[in-house]
Amino acid sequence: MIENIPLSHIIVVSSIMFFIGIYGFITRKNLFTMLMSTELILNAAALNLVAFNKYLFPQNIQGHFFALFIIGIAAAEASVAIAIIIAIYRNFRNIDPEKINDMKY
Amino acid sequence: MKPTLFYIFSVVIIIFALLSVTTTRVLRAAVYLLFVLIATAGIYFLFDYFFLAAVQLTLYAGGIMVLIIFAVMLTNSAGEKLEKPALGKSFFAGLASATGLAVFLFTFFTYDSFPSVAADKTITVRELGVSLVSYGIGGYALPFEVISVLLLAAMVAAIIIAKKTTK
Amino acid sequence: MAEHFSYTYLIVIIPLISFLITGLFGGKMKPIVSGLIGTTGLFISFGLSLCTAYKYFFLYGKTDEIFQKIVATDYLWLRFSDTLHVNLGVLIDPISVMMLIVITTVSLMVHIYSIGYMKGETGFARFFAFLSLFSFSMLGLVVATNIFQMYIFWELVGVSSYLLIGYYYEKPSAVAASKKAFIVTRFADLGFLIGILLLSFTTGTFDFITLTENNAAITQGSGIAFMGLSTITWSLIFIFMGGAGKSAMFPLHIWLPDAMEGPTPVSALIHAATMVVAGVYLVARLFPVYAISAPVALEVVGYVGGFTSLFAAVIACTQIDIKRILAFSTMSQIGYMMLALGVSGYGAEEGLGYLASMFHLFTHAMFKALLFLGAGAVIHAVHSNNFTDMGNLKKYLPVTHWTFLIACLAIAGIPPFAGFFSKDEILVAAYQHNKLLFFVEYAVAGLTAFYMFRLYFSVFHGKETHYHHTPHEAPYVMTIPLMLLALASMTVGLIPFGEFVTSDGAELELHTHWSIAIASVAIAVVGIVTALVFYRKENNLPEKIAISFGGLFKAAYHKFYIDELYLFITKKIIFNNVSTPIAWFDRNVVDATMNGIAYVTNYTSEKIKGLQSGQIQHYAYIFVSGVFVLALIFLYLMKY
Repeated sequence: MIENIPLSHIIVVSSIMFFIGIYGFITRKNLFTMLMSTELILNAAALNLVAFNKYLFPQNIQGHFFALFIIGIAAAEASVAIAIIIAIYRNFRNIDPEKINDMKY
Repeated sequence: MKPTLFYIFSVVIIIFALLSVTTTRVLRAAVYLLFVLIATAGIYFLFDYFFLAAVQLTLYAGGIMVLIIFAVMLTNSAGEKLEKPALGKSFFAGLASATGLAVFLFTFFTYDSFPSVAADKTITVRELGVSLVSYGIGGYALPFEVISVLLLAAMVAAIIIAKKTTK
Repeated sequence: MAEHFSYTYLIVIIPLISFLITGLFGGKMKPIVSGLIGTTGLFISFGLSLCTAYKYFFLYGKTDEIFQKIVATDYLWLRFSDTLHVNLGVLIDPISVMMLIVITTVSLMVHIYSIGYMKGETGFARFFAFLSLFSFSMLGLVVATNIFQMYIFWELVGVSSYLLIGYYYEKPSAVAASKKAFIVTRFADLGFLIGILLLSFTTGTFDFITLTENNAAITQGSGIAFMGLSTITWSLIFIFMGGAGKSAMFPLHIWLPDAMEGPTPVSALIHAATMVVAGVYLVARLFPVYAISAPVALEVVGYVGGFTSLFAAVIACTQIDIKRILAFSTMSQIGYMMLALGVSGYGAEEGLGYLASMFHLFTHAMFKALLFLGAGAVIHAVHSNNFTDMGNLKKYLPVTHWTFLIACLAIAGIPPFAGFFSKDEILVAAYQHNKLLFFVEYAVAGLTAFYMFRLYFSVFHGKETHYHHTPHEAPYVMTIPLMLLALASMTVGLIPFGEFVTSDGAELELHTHWSIAIASVAIAVVGIVTALVFYRKENNLPEKIAISFGGLFKAAYHKFYIDELYLFITKKIIFNNVSTPIAWFDRNVVDATMNGIAYVTNYTSEKIKGLQSGQIQHYAYIFVSGVFVLALIFLYLMKY
């Protein structure tokens, strides 16, 4: 089964995914791609939790449920975020985050 | 076989994640992300967390990504090429991410006593279902209800925010 | 015994109530009503004072043939420690009862007179309100049980004086005079306050009875000395500085001649009979401390008084404004009182000076008020202050003429008028202790007779100048106080003062020292005859004498240039060398610091406002970096 894979490998994968998501969030010039980077981050977190659950506490199922809830919340968040992006598009005609800076000094 | 599969999935995840955040076309980024999510579901299958993997495929890959693709098309930016970010910005972001990654991995690897063998216990769907609706210790009835309320709220909010304002 | 006098606080409070009523509602009632309210209030106080005097001096005051100090009311107001507390109360004692009579009598006469004098003025109610305020303050001052209460009322009296001198507030000279009076007396009160603080710090109490009982035992034995004089002496000198300011002693006398800008009844009440004697009263109140623990301070008092009386008398010989002559005369007479206190000792025969000073205060109040009110009647008739515009007024103003003559005889010291007796006792006391001061006072007695009769003859005799309209006698409401005060001037000299007011409360029998009495009458007669020769008929003898005196006359006419000296010191020296640098410092250093802080804040905020860029990715970047830094800190730095 999965016995031969050390925990640290899985953690490496999930952390790389996490930091790629952060890089994407900070760098991208489109609100949708920022949202996608956010999904990457969430996904990495879920993978992390599941891995710890499997390796450290195999009898418990908390990690499993946590991941389930993360997916559910990601769904809700994505829908609201898209609604906001649509509303922004309607008002600003633009979805470049660098152009939407009205809340400045 | 299983370890090999795992490494294939990991490589897929990493490459497609990188592609997703650096490509200049929005729809391609969405599709690459889709692949990442599918690969994650694959890793869940390897863990014997079948239900979770199924949910990941159905909801995350099949629901959220489709939603994002729809929204991209709604804002008429589907065919355009995105600008590459400014060099300074990407450098500093890359620096931050790399530093973060280094710190994280360093902390993780200097901490001893992580077991490296998983136990062989499968979690059945029946077990999951029972604990999902039970309200004692280890019961998730409350979070279940709360998340249903959250979804309702999100639905309502999305409708209201994205509604066309009538003049 | 105190229960017999429990009503005495009413004497002080009733004028306060009439001040509040006339002050708050005076505009809404007819003017005469406010005048009547003021007068009635004071009449009640007068009645109560007479009642108190009768009870105290004849019925209940004495224990073992010595007059006691009785505290009628005592109300704890502010407590600093167990022994140091400020009370408000009423102290009944020979001099306070005497002062109650003086103040209420003169104030009542002035109130009645003012109903006639101030008729037609727009601020009639305001005048009576301020008069009541003044009466309240002065009455509170004399019955004070402790020195702090006296200081409070001292300041109140100063304020009332300011308000009354500046009564004609549209006249710039009146405004300037009121400011000058207030500032000079306030400056003197700085000394007073320092003295109070020193005294209370050394002795631990403010209370008069504690300070003066047992021959001022509490003030002795302080070993600290500064420049050779003990702390008690310094504190008493400073306290005397306050008294000198209020009583117009040299060199703080400059405000009194200018204070004549106020209406004449004000001059009569405040600047002749009551407020200016507050300084004398202060020294008399603390007399045991002065005489026993700080005789050096008492010497200072005596010499300052003597010098002032000579200084003022010389100036008065040259002035032509009636009220200014009377003002300098007041200064001179108060100098007499201070000198009498200065040469006095404590107890029995030694305390003759104290008795003489208080006696002179009493009689002086009567005839000086009469002089001022008479001058007011004259000014009211002629509409001018200078006696060069007047002459032969005895034809037109008979009552004023006779009362004025009586007052002049009283001040000159002719028996049997009041001034003779009191001035005589002063001369005796001075002769027994300090021959130099005696000769000064003797000369001043002659000068006093001279300048007063110079004034009298110039106004009421002599060639008639051309009057715009015929002067007419003042109405009854103004002449009746004149007549009453004239009666007083004739009779109060005969009161056996030694039975009532002495330095230690025991009775002192007064003998007449015939040698000094005859000498004083003689020099007074010399002064009167000189004035008669110079001024009764029109001649140019005065001018010839003035020219022959030359520079001395000119200096005396300009009041020895003291005002110009003060002006020079303040404008050229203090303003330029002290005020201007301080103003520069305030504007350029203090303000600059504040402006600098504001500028730095502004500059910094301009520079860091870029953090709020509105760019969501900036925020995310900083967020993420912050998390990493914190993680590093918590993992590696805070481990231990």
